[in-house]
Amino acid sequence: MTNNKMTHASAVREGLAEEMRRDPLVWALGEDLSTAHGGTSADQYRGLIDEFGEKRIVNTPISENTIMGAAVGAAVAGTRPVADLRMADFAMCAVDELVNQAAKIRYMFGGQARVPLVVRQAIGVRKGGAAQHSQSTEAWYIHTPGLVVVAPATAADAKGLIKSAIRADDPVVYMEHKDLWMAEGEVTDDPGELVEIGKATVMKPGSDLTIVSWSKMAIHSLEAAKIIEEDNISVEVINLRSLWPWDKNLVYKSVSKTGRLLVTQEAVQVAGFGAEISADVTENLNDQLKTHVRRIGAPRTPVPYAETMENEYRVTTERIIEKVKELMS
Amino acid sequence: MKAKNSTNYPDRILEMYRTMSLIRAFEEIAEEAFDAGLVNGSIHQYIGEEAIGTAVCANLKRSDYILSNHRGHGHAIAKGADPEAMMKELLGREGGTSGGKGGSMHIADFSVGMLGANGVLADGLTMGVGAAQALVLREENAIVTVFVGDGTTNRGPFYEALNWAMIYKLPILFVCENNTYASSTATQTVTAGPGPVARAEAFGMPAFDVDGNDVCAVDEIARSLVEKIRNGHGPHFLHARTYRIKGHISRDKMLYRPEGETQAHLSNEPLLKCKEWLIENGVKQEEIDNIRNMAYVQIKEALEAAKKAPFPDKKLTYKDVQDLGSPYFGESS
Repeated sequence: MTNNKMTHASAVREGLAEEMRRDPLVWALGEDLSTAHGGTSADQYRGLIDEFGEKRIVNTPISENTIMGAAVGAAVAGTRPVADLRMADFAMCAVDELVNQAAKIRYMFGGQARVPLVVRQAIGVRKGGAAQHSQSTEAWYIHTPGLVVVAPATAADAKGLIKSAIRADDPVVYMEHKDLWMAEGEVTDDPGELVEIGKATVMKPGSDLTIVSWSKMAIHSLEAAKIIEEDNISVEVINLRSLWPWDKNLVYKSVSKTGRLLVTQEAVQVAGFGAEISADVTENLNDQLKTHVRRIGAPRTPVPYAETMENEYRVTTERIIEKVKELMS
Repeated sequence: MKAKNSTNYPDRILEMYRTMSLIRAFEEIAEEAFDAGLVNGSIHQYIGEEAIGTAVCANLKRSDYILSNHRGHGHAIAKGADPEAMMKELLGREGGTSGGKGGSMHIADFSVGMLGANGVLADGLTMGVGAAQALVLREENAIVTVFVGDGTTNRGPFYEALNWAMIYKLPILFVCENNTYASSTATQTVTAGPGPVARAEAFGMPAFDVDGNDVCAVDEIARSLVEKIRNGHGPHFLHARTYRIKGHISRDKMLYRPEGETQAHLSNEPLLKCKEWLIENGVKQEEIDNIRNMAYVQIKEALEAAKKAPFPDKKLTYKDVQDLGSPYFGESS
């Protein structure tokens, strides 16, 4: 088994293809899956139609309610669908089927059924995406009992998590970042290697302060941590990977060591997932904190279009560095 | 009502009369239980519509799936769910179809292919086409039936699902039970165009209209449609005209109905029509009445059993949420 350098989009495609080869009941549905595009805009499905045929790579009409609803029906009827809703913004058209059905069926029917599906929805600011193509809505689904939520930051995570998501018996919201689709990383070609859902990783060890992050913000946080090392500030960066369940043990261990916590997120800060992590750590590790917990997130505005405003909105490496210095002063 | 040239046919219809009687008894006794304060939520009764679910399900196999809606008691009984477990569910007791987690609107029995009632209109349609896709992928010779009401034909997913079923040529029967009212609004007052059949036909789907209070007529058309679907001819649509004799929910005072309207429909209700047909076709009145009475006996016993059943342990609140990241069983966070 070797590691290969590839993009996130290719890594997820390989992960999906491996699971489809392993289990004939795994299939994918969504818009544009079998056209020459092979996916939304990043080739995530290119070529899969040739290997698996139109019954398992199902090219659908623009019918978000039914893409999601059909996935739920097919999951309770014994298959493992991967529903692609393109962007988190469009997935809002199918929130009913995801929240009222997928998340509830096992519970409200007294455990008679499982809903083993994956729903892919891309998050994050994409240059010029503006208000309806750049939102990060992970907190909506973390708030919903019954759902699992994952958000990879590296290509290896992207592959390992899609495989674990497909094998899980719970409905899993798989949130990939649009800006990361074309980012490259080392990825194993071992079809047996998974990323366990609920397990975070330490991207960089450190002793003065812990940054907890996920998705593209983990990459920015790592970059910030490396830069600020020149100022003799040692930052530990945790990449959560799974947002529900999240790896409390690893976060507690790190914060117990550093005594300082900063949570970085791309989503709107108000009532975002960072608020939950901050509150949890404050409630449970208060006696070990050297200073109060801080968060960074987007302002509570829609995502603006013009470059000046878009840059004002974004959480950047520079802003993370500023916040770390503030915490250390 | 139409007669059928088969010596066994009255027996078949008598069996459907038994199912319809069970549904009627269930709905009436459930209302008594509700009025006595035994039901924790509200109930949507199927009274007056029993012939449709009964005759459609009489043409299905156990391995076929059905998906229902908020008015789902009749569909569940017709597909073979145990009325006693259903009554326990209404009363929120141990041994309920969903273990007391769901109540009236979330009755499901996967062991008989009843994939669930539903609290959200039209979601049965989108889930139904997915279930049909699963059957195709699993190469099973079974079909899916989705029951919707007239009100649901004004929701967007209705159109998505019909289009979807046609493009993938799925083994699915859509049954629109037109009971005249969408909650407390007369559906006709909020609906454009000639009706559900025309809407289905717009997708190129074969669509049929039937008197939903005539169990023989529903049986005949359902048999023909189910056979076509089973033989690979794709989705079909059945519009069954009926009348909701009770309110939207049992405590609905029906202030929106013209005086005398409900009364006028009582002479056309499906159990009465079925009984008349059975007598005309040589079945003794005594036998018919006995079947009806036995249904009430059975459902009263079901209610007594439900009243005796214990309430679920409160710790079960935390069970069956999910595998990954589930709350700890017995803890409150």
